[in-house]
Amino acid sequence: MEATTNGNGKTLKVRYFDIEENPETHYLNAEKGIKSWLFTVDHKRIGIMYLASIAFFFLIGGILALVLRTELLTPTENLMTAEQYNRVFTLHGAIMVFLFIIPSIPAALGNFLLPIMLGAKDVAFPRLNLASFWIYSIGALFTLASLAVNPIDTGWTFYTPYSVQTGSAVILMTFGVFIMGFSSILTGMNFIVTIHKLRAPGLTWGRMPLFLWAMYATSVIQVLATPVLAITLALLIMERTLGIGIFDPALGGDPVLYQHFFWFYSHPAVYIMIVPAFGVISELIGTFSRKTVFGYWAIAMSSLAIAFIGSLVWGHHMFVSGQSELSTVVFSFLTFFVGIPTGIKIFNWLATMHKGSIDMKTPMVYACMFLFLFTIGGVTGIMLGAISVNVHLHDTYYVVAHFHYVMMGGTVIAFLGGLHFWWPKMTGKMYNEFWGKIASAFIFVGFNLTFLPQFIMGSQGMPRRYYSYIEQFQTMHQLSTYGSYVLGVGFVIIAVYLAHSLVKGAQAPANPWGARSLDWMTSSPPDQHNFKYQPVVSNGAYDYHKPMADFTLGIAEDPAHHGHDDAVKVEAEKAEIR
Amino acid sequence: MANASTINNSRVQHHFRNADQQFSSSKLGMWLFLFTEVMFFGGLFVAYIIYRAWNPELFTMAATELDTLFGAVNTAVLIGSSLTCALAIRAAQTDNTKMVVNYLLITIALATLFLVIKYFEYTAKIEIGILPGAMYTFEGIDHPKASVFFSIYYMMTGLHGLHVVIGIGLMIWLVIRAKAGDYNSAYYTPVEITGLYWHLVDIIWIFLFPLMYLID
Repeated sequence: MEATTNGNGKTLKVRYFDIEENPETHYLNAEKGIKSWLFTVDHKRIGIMYLASIAFFFLIGGILALVLRTELLTPTENLMTAEQYNRVFTLHGAIMVFLFIIPSIPAALGNFLLPIMLGAKDVAFPRLNLASFWIYSIGALFTLASLAVNPIDTGWTFYTPYSVQTGSAVILMTFGVFIMGFSSILTGMNFIVTIHKLRAPGLTWGRMPLFLWAMYATSVIQVLATPVLAITLALLIMERTLGIGIFDPALGGDPVLYQHFFWFYSHPAVYIMIVPAFGVISELIGTFSRKTVFGYWAIAMSSLAIAFIGSLVWGHHMFVSGQSELSTVVFSFLTFFVGIPTGIKIFNWLATMHKGSIDMKTPMVYACMFLFLFTIGGVTGIMLGAISVNVHLHDTYYVVAHFHYVMMGGTVIAFLGGLHFWWPKMTGKMYNEFWGKIASAFIFVGFNLTFLPQFIMGSQGMPRRYYSYIEQFQTMHQLSTYGSYVLGVGFVIIAVYLAHSLVKGAQAPANPWGARSLDWMTSSPPDQHNFKYQPVVSNGAYDYHKPMADFTLGIAEDPAHHGHDDAVKVEAEKAEIR
Repeated sequence: MANASTINNSRVQHHFRNADQQFSSSKLGMWLFLFTEVMFFGGLFVAYIIYRAWNPELFTMAATELDTLFGAVNTAVLIGSSLTCALAIRAAQTDNTKMVVNYLLITIALATLFLVIKYFEYTAKIEIGILPGAMYTFEGIDHPKASVFFSIYYMMTGLHGLHVVIGIGLMIWLVIRAKAGDYNSAYYTPVEITGLYWHLVDIIWIFLFPLMYLID
């Protein structure tokens, strides 16, 4: 292929490029020393730093979960007092939500992959990207400080009036979350601008990998909803320090208003958590079914539909909080409505797998697990959206099981799938496939053993957040606790073989899965500037019927890839090329 | 900006292909940021709307305590500063570095004047015991929730004032760089996007003024 047009009527000279295997220099060894990491503006290194941070907080949150489950082994005191129990479940929730799951896929995988998938050298604002990581770290320090001072016991939702009255370190904690919100906002802004402005020549919206559509929808929610959380928490802090009387009923304020404000962010926030997972699943199922993803536009647009409708359903958290009957009915209807785009995705993924040539590698195992677990989580969510059922199940273990099926069975499973899928790209090493599958079996069994009993307990009336329970529930609680141990073993196995692969793993090829999107058209690990050439895209991201060579096109003799010094010369040459 | 890419490339960061791409990216980024600002203030506006709907008589009573003259003067001052800020961008586009600096300095002066007036307003309130929240001791308004109105007033104008301070800081930085000759018709992105920010600060005040001072 000698020339192609990039859509603006401009003609670009393109040629095929070879992808380097086992590169000597790549982003991991291009610069050395701790400073080259802490002050890097390279999106890949920032992604890796996020990955390490969230892994650390997942470990802490996970240990807290195991401690909670151990306490619940019997109705009496096993490890801690009731008061300590309140603190531990609050921290488990707050750490998992704000420090782990919200940044998990967008900030770790998204940062690493988004510019590469676009064929760009970096995100639009690399320094802002670094700032966003530092803001996240500072916010995390505040959160950890609150642990040291006086761990909070309000639940992760910080509901007033209790959060105004309790003696625990609510201000430190909420200020930490307030700060981390800005990290989320800046990442979202960065991604939207990058997707709009930095797509490679020929990479039209319809050729983008679906992961990018999911990241786009997620970023829209981050930019739309997170500022509202910021102002809510700022008002909560003011309520505690000055007694401004907006949320505190003792001063003439309204606690239901706090709940509206809080869920206006925090319900869309669950889509910040799950929509990136949808993106990962689209990549996994497309790649390992060796088929063009069925219903590309339906999947792409349903992400945006979820972002839009998902912003209008927050009231379903407040069916028994005293909001008006009319708004309860409207919110219930909208909650059913948001199930439609989600269902569209599930059916399109199944249709993609239909008659595909399915390769059950570990990432695909996780993708199938996702379809199973997330569907349970989603359908029970629709049940909770029904008003009469909700009144019965409100604040029971049924709700706990539901959101763990969505957040863990959905997001965490997809994250694990994505982590295995892109592990060779990120580290240049292959993980152990055998142990990968063993661990996934532990996770699947452990997860279901932990949370299926909670559905049953919840429907029988076991309230959430209770320190003790009547004897009737003991068998279920014990099953759940043993399940959580199995789950913990699964994660330990993953940690061990991934760490082992870093040291002794086989060298990864550039494209171990035979995928077609741009992230696989560069070496593993990628070059410091992602590509040695400026990629040009002439096919869709899932055109498996076309030869691989068609996906490695780049601008021939691209001056922009000669280095920084002759940038001025570059423009002159380019003007001639045009 | 159509021809900028062929004039000056020294300011194009390595990951952009040309100056056009960099300029439009920065501008889109700023618009998105302004959108988050609208959502951020939006929370306070919603709180205002709800409390006003619940206590309409409180808002008409309490608003009489606010000094409309001070508010009106401040509105004029901020709108004037928006004009000079826009003129600074125009001066950058026409390569008039001297006027970029001058217009920015006038904008900074007007923004500072706004804060000075606001300071006198606040101290007059504080002296008679109109403070936010639990510290409220004023007895001139016969309403049990009088303190809530002033809590909202202080939160909204205080947050707005913080944005004015940040704007002044940004413009001081712009003046320093403009004096060093960093801005010209080929590259004036920071002036342009700071201008966008400043207009937003202005617009928020244009909403705050009637909502707080002009209720009748």
